[in-house]
Amino acid sequence: MYKLTNVTKDYPKGRETVHALRGVNVEIPDGEWLAIQGPTGHGKSTLLQILGGLDRPTSGSVDFDGRDLARTREAQMTKVRADSIGFIFQTFNLIPTLSALENVETALVPLGVSGASRRARAAEALNSLGLGDRLRHLPTELSGGQQQRVAIARALVKEPKVLLADEPTGNLDEDTRDEIIGLLEKLWQDNGLTMVIVTHDSSIARRAQRLGTMRNGKLTVKQTV
Amino acid sequence: MFFTYISRELRRRMRQAIFIAIGLGLGIGLVITVTAASAGVKNAQASVLHSLYGVGTDITVTETAAAGSTGNGFGFGFRQSIGSTSRPKAGSKIDNNTLSSGGTLAALASSDVTSIAKMDNVAAAAGGLTLSDRTISGTVPALNFNSGGGGGGFQGGGGGGSNSGGGNPSSFGANFNINSFTVNGVDIANGELGPLSTGKISSGRTFTTADNASDVALVDASYATQNKLKVGSTIAVGNSKNTATNFKVVGIVSEPAGNNPADVYIPLGVAQTLANMKNDVNTIYVTASNSGDISSVASSISKAVPGSTVTDQNTLASEVTGSISSAASLANNLGKWLAIAVLIASFLLASLLTMAAVTRRVREFGTLKALGWKSRRIVFQVMGEAVAIGIAGGVIGVGLGFAGAALVNKFSSPLTASLASNTTGSATPGGARNFGGGGFPGGAAPTGGAGGGNNPFRGAFSNAARTAGSVTEHLHAPVTIAIIIVAVGLAILGGLIAGAFGGWRAARLRPADALSKVA
Repeated sequence: MYKLTNVTKDYPKGRETVHALRGVNVEIPDGEWLAIQGPTGHGKSTLLQILGGLDRPTSGSVDFDGRDLARTREAQMTKVRADSIGFIFQTFNLIPTLSALENVETALVPLGVSGASRRARAAEALNSLGLGDRLRHLPTELSGGQQQRVAIARALVKEPKVLLADEPTGNLDEDTRDEIIGLLEKLWQDNGLTMVIVTHDSSIARRAQRLGTMRNGKLTVKQTV
Repeated sequence: MFFTYISRELRRRMRQAIFIAIGLGLGIGLVITVTAASAGVKNAQASVLHSLYGVGTDITVTETAAAGSTGNGFGFGFRQSIGSTSRPKAGSKIDNNTLSSGGTLAALASSDVTSIAKMDNVAAAAGGLTLSDRTISGTVPALNFNSGGGGGGFQGGGGGGSNSGGGNPSSFGANFNINSFTVNGVDIANGELGPLSTGKISSGRTFTTADNASDVALVDASYATQNKLKVGSTIAVGNSKNTATNFKVVGIVSEPAGNNPADVYIPLGVAQTLANMKNDVNTIYVTASNSGDISSVASSISKAVPGSTVTDQNTLASEVTGSISSAASLANNLGKWLAIAVLIASFLLASLLTMAAVTRRVREFGTLKALGWKSRRIVFQVMGEAVAIGIAGGVIGVGLGFAGAALVNKFSSPLTASLASNTTGSATPGGARNFGGGGFPGGAAPTGGAGGGNNPFRGAFSNAARTAGSVTEHLHAPVTIAIIIVAVGLAILGGLIAGAFGGWRAARLRPADALSKVA
């Protein structure tokens, strides 16, 4: 589980200092789906990056399964990301030169999985998401929804404990959005994931167990149900 | 995944990869071409030095005769009369055949050869005598030494051939026939060293140990042709007493071009006896145990034989002039620096383009870091791509290098090398042997005969210039395996440098920053 205590994040922007997070306190139990909403530039993505170990807070602690990510060495942080955290991005962030299968394989490379096993697991993940006939396709040969499904397969193939998604449906049309969110909800339920989704879409946010709202770097959380 | 990723990435930015590879290839190709051309020039130089110097000889030791010295000199039977009040009697017959060391090289003791042979790092040493044979025949005319402010003396010169005094029919020289040729006394026991070491027997045989005290001779092929000599012919060689000894020609020897070969070779012991130089030599040929010892051996000899001139190939190389020297200078200076400049430029270009490519892939590397890829793995990936481009550049460079070397071979003009004339020089074998050009400068020179006056023979040999040896060599620029290995190594180095810059750029990316640039 996550436990964030008085987390702040400042960064310079020109001559000024931007206070992206101003004392965030939140606990996210294992298996919870937390949606985070808020205006642009109020710290949603910064919070997600700190949860994912992509960035460090200026102050405060980020306890993840008994480890303070704010003070963990970079090598350990990399290992945490490789083992336990899956990311989904608004722009999919697939490697353009690699096929769908190879893109999914990239998540298993840091775990030292052998080539054959890597390919088998990646193919299985893509099959489960309905992309069995698209294994050799490059990202540019796939639709937006298919690309995001490849990104989801890449995030989940290593069976992470946490799935962090930053506007996962932001670049998709309405039908595809519903399809992807339905898929994520099913995966969350089936796999017991802890899932944090940053979204502007209220229809998605309402499906989460709890809804957090970021305003001026402060987070308030409430139950949706 | 490593190689798949590299190949896919290079395929994606193929144009840029080809551009970088061609840049590296140009640098590598230029390095190969310049190195090959430089090696070709060195080979040509070595060939020239080989011709001028002799196989197996690393060092020669000579001693320049004191100024004005005529060595053991030529006596023409009436020398003592010159400068005295008595003159050769008009109408008297002169027929002198004299063998002498002339005035260029001073005598060295044969014991010096033994001493040098015993020195550390000396493999072998041999003595030699460089001599000149002169035959003067004719009738002494009635003379008036005071006319014309100089006059007198012999006009023209030997030049190794037969010359009769020409010019003013009333001159002194017009009454005499002069023949001259060069004679080398060869240490038969150390035949691998010395003047015969570069020669090839074109007919007959070479010396054997049984010839040590025999009146047998080897004759240079050109001289033999000129004088219609062949194996079995006889040739008269003079001595210090102005009489001749007939030598049987046992072999015809061909020396490389530019070697300025002697005309006649006779056993050293016989030469010493004839020239009245028993226990003397005037050139010592030395071979060092290995090439690295040449300098130290030369230094030791200089100390052991004070006053001697010790010459090695480096000394000789510095005296070589002509287009070979120019080409060597061009290859070693302009070519080398041009190649280095192009190589550095291509490395910089590759580095900058690799860094630019990394900058364009910020999101990609940020994503990989988010997936748990270590920075090291990403750096290796970038370096792998750069090295692959470097290898491609190396292949292109090797191709361009071969093409460049072929162009050098095809279009380069023949290189010429000349050993500069040096009147007091180091008396290296190539020059020291050549006494032919001096002639009798005291003769009817246009200025009235600097050496004239009452000594028409003064300086006849003491002033003999070491005439230039000239060799023409065709440049062959060899592309060796070693050059190719170095070139491919340079290409990989270029790739590594470019990859290191790119990798350094990639390693510095923080995943959050990388992702935020596109989020």
